[in-house]
Amino acid sequence: MGDSQYSFSLTTFSPSGKLVQIEHALTAVGSGQTSLGIKAANGVVIATEKKLPSILVDETSVQKIQSLTPNIGVVYSGMGPDFRVLVRKSRKQAQQYYQLYKETIPVTQLVRETAAVMQEFTQSGGVRPFGVSLLIAGYDDNGPQLYQVDPSGSYFSWKASAMGKNVSNAKTFLEKRYTEDMELDDAIHTAILTLKEGYEGQISANNIEIGVIRADREFKVLTPAEIKDFLEEVE
Amino acid sequence: IFEYNGSAVVAMVGKNCFAIASDRRLGVQLQTVATDFQRVFEIHPKLYIGLSGLASDAQTLYQRLVFKHKLYQLREERDMKPETFASLVSAMLYEKRFGPYFCQPIIAGLGQDDVPFICTMDCIGAKELAKDFVVSGTASESLYGACESMYKPNMEPDELFETISQALLSSVDRDCLSGWGGYVLVVTPTEVTERVLKGRMD
Repeated sequence: MGDSQYSFSLTTFSPSGKLVQIEHALTAVGSGQTSLGIKAANGVVIATEKKLPSILVDETSVQKIQSLTPNIGVVYSGMGPDFRVLVRKSRKQAQQYYQLYKETIPVTQLVRETAAVMQEFTQSGGVRPFGVSLLIAGYDDNGPQLYQVDPSGSYFSWKASAMGKNVSNAKTFLEKRYTEDMELDDAIHTAILTLKEGYEGQISANNIEIGVIRADREFKVLTPAEIKDFLEEVE
Repeated sequence: IFEYNGSAVVAMVGKNCFAIASDRRLGVQLQTVATDFQRVFEIHPKLYIGLSGLASDAQTLYQRLVFKHKLYQLREERDMKPETFASLVSAMLYEKRFGPYFCQPIIAGLGQDDVPFICTMDCIGAKELAKDFVVSGTASESLYGACESMYKPNMEPDELFETISQALLSSVDRDCLSGWGGYVLVVTPTEVTERVLKGRMD
């Protein structure tokens, strides 16, 4: 492919107008574990598979869903270490905003700043793009919101979205099942069903992670016991 | 250095409204240089800031604040709330902790649900929220006295205008560095009234 001659340097466009490194970063995301998010009428739910490399790994030490502020949470598909760096930077930006304005950062502003960080790494020398796509879920004065941020730094607001390995099946499933006035609990059930669709093996409370934010504006990661309850309702 | 130009600014809270007023003298120590100097500025139709103290710092600080607010409006697609603006001013003033702006701002605005908000701060950003009135400038001591005695809670806009004007004019008469008339702004959720007062022109 003619493009491969231009894939060595991130900051060089290929003749077809693409930045090949970003395409490769998206491929890295596409081979990561599936994650998805659904925006309901009264909240947002984000979920991901938590497949561990071996049964010897202590699953309580792995936290794929993190909170950025008390009312904003994030999940990723792709490279875990890159995700940790972004979470750290985003948290810092949220706190800097608070220090200046004594007001919690609106979701759109945090998304914009995180996307700007990801974009910086596509235009500087000697760095590589982040190998993660993020799904940021939050609840602020503009209601529940769900955003996806890609390695290129572009961001989109979604009603429901999926990323990672099983993305096309998951998205089709979500398209069929999504309704505008869905309640949050319905959304959680739909999220679990969507994960189940593409899951290789048996889904259980210990190998998926779910984060929710309701109208009380507090982002919570559900405990395995809570996930178990929802799983039983779905069965 | 706060007494170089002379100034008097006061703000009062009424019933679903607020009023902010200032004197109009600009002096260079004892010499009066202008009698129409503006100390109260609009940030957006429901948020005003009055800056007393050194006039050049007041103008520069105002320009920087307008700059920051305009960027905020573009990014967040909304006006700043008065409480947020007060935090911003406080942060900006403290940035210059060891070489401060010689100004004492008074911030007055209508917040969410049009609840009036006033506050003042010192030149390095120590906020002082008040429910009734705030004062600043060379005439601040007389203003404190005048406001304390004349103020009543929940005044209607017209009564508030009378009260704040009386308080301002009687206080600047006791201060040689401020005066030459007054400028009063009364803000309600539906309208803004500006009035210029004629007092003792000295």
